[in-house]
Amino acid sequence: MSKWIPLWLHKLSSPPTFYRFAGALRPWLLALALLTGAIALYGGLVLAPADYQQGDAYRIIFIHVPSAWMSLFIYGVMGFAAFLALVWRIKLAEVVAMTSAPIGAAFTFITLVTGSLWGKPMWGTWWTWDARLTSELVLLFLYLGVIGLYHAFEDRRQGARAAAFLALIGIINVPIVHFSVNWWNTLHQGSTIRLLGPSTIAPGMLWPLLTMMLATKFYYLASLFGRVRTDLLDLESGKDWVRTIATGSTLQ
Amino acid sequence: MNPTRKRRLIVVLLVVAAATVAVGLGVFALQQNMNYLFTPSQVQSGAASNHKTFRLGGMVKAGSIQRSKTSLLATFTVVDADGAMPVEYTGILPDLFRDNQSVIATGHMDNAHFVATEVLAKHDETYMPKELKDAMAKAHKDKPMQEGSDAGGSP
Repeated sequence: MSKWIPLWLHKLSSPPTFYRFAGALRPWLLALALLTGAIALYGGLVLAPADYQQGDAYRIIFIHVPSAWMSLFIYGVMGFAAFLALVWRIKLAEVVAMTSAPIGAAFTFITLVTGSLWGKPMWGTWWTWDARLTSELVLLFLYLGVIGLYHAFEDRRQGARAAAFLALIGIINVPIVHFSVNWWNTLHQGSTIRLLGPSTIAPGMLWPLLTMMLATKFYYLASLFGRVRTDLLDLESGKDWVRTIATGSTLQ
Repeated sequence: MNPTRKRRLIVVLLVVAAATVAVGLGVFALQQNMNYLFTPSQVQSGAASNHKTFRLGGMVKAGSIQRSKTSLLATFTVVDADGAMPVEYTGILPDLFRDNQSVIATGHMDNAHFVATEVLAKHDETYMPKELKDAMAKAHKDKPMQEGSDAGGSP
């Protein structure tokens, strides 16, 4: 493996090194998340103009759409980490996969709730079983399944491996969520932001949306690093480096 | 890569590939089955005749909306490229309901008109300020801005 991956990455995956690295970066990530989040909210709720059809009600997209992107992005990270964990048995990859699950579940839940709140006045219903809504609900159940399976085992590393398997297989759902609006005739509208071709949103509405996307990414990393640090201390509680921290020495 | 890791890699990839094929076949099968709605012309040609309750989808014909003064009853006409269907609905219509809006109505046929129990408005993926829309509407005065402007006029 060390032939494939550069040496620094190999070093970074050792628990004490990552513990210090994540601890140093976390306050900065949190500050960036708060700053970009505040700018995005001000831009989205105050500066952006009202929509021609929906008036002010469309402003829920500044929460709904970034959350929906994160629900898929975090699943991708979790699936990739699960793959590394299953094949190479890297402890850090197991921890990253397992600590990503609750954050991803939270973003998925926010997506479903905000979508439902918007759907009632705009579409006329809280919920409909169209392909986009159903596949996003399946995504939430996959996250909950990963969390549940992980905690169902006495031995945590064994639990992580079982849950990593579920996470890896569930990754098939990610393209289904993304392309559901193209493959089926859904009530949910198609993609507004397109990587290829022009986006169908005014620039004054686009920049707060993209800023919020950055804010959620920073928040995810900050939250992930905090959770990974806690889990590493727990998993390695017998090791020397943890004992050094616990007894108040200056390793961190 | 050592033999243990190689074996694990192959097993993991095989399981993922098998699951992808299984889900892919399921998705493909659903594609023929998940007909979310019928259009007015499909209904008129009898495509929905063996469904008691079904979804009718299309565009609200401009100027066809009539609301009762004493109740929540509303009548309007749903059109597609070559069909029209009068619809009756009693209840609160969604905010986006208006002329030339795509709607999906759930209900059943009563003689020649459709009695809806639920009316949903389908939103398009365009977001823009009202001023910009007005400016664009002025530039294309003879062509309405809404999607599917071909069905906007009378059929």
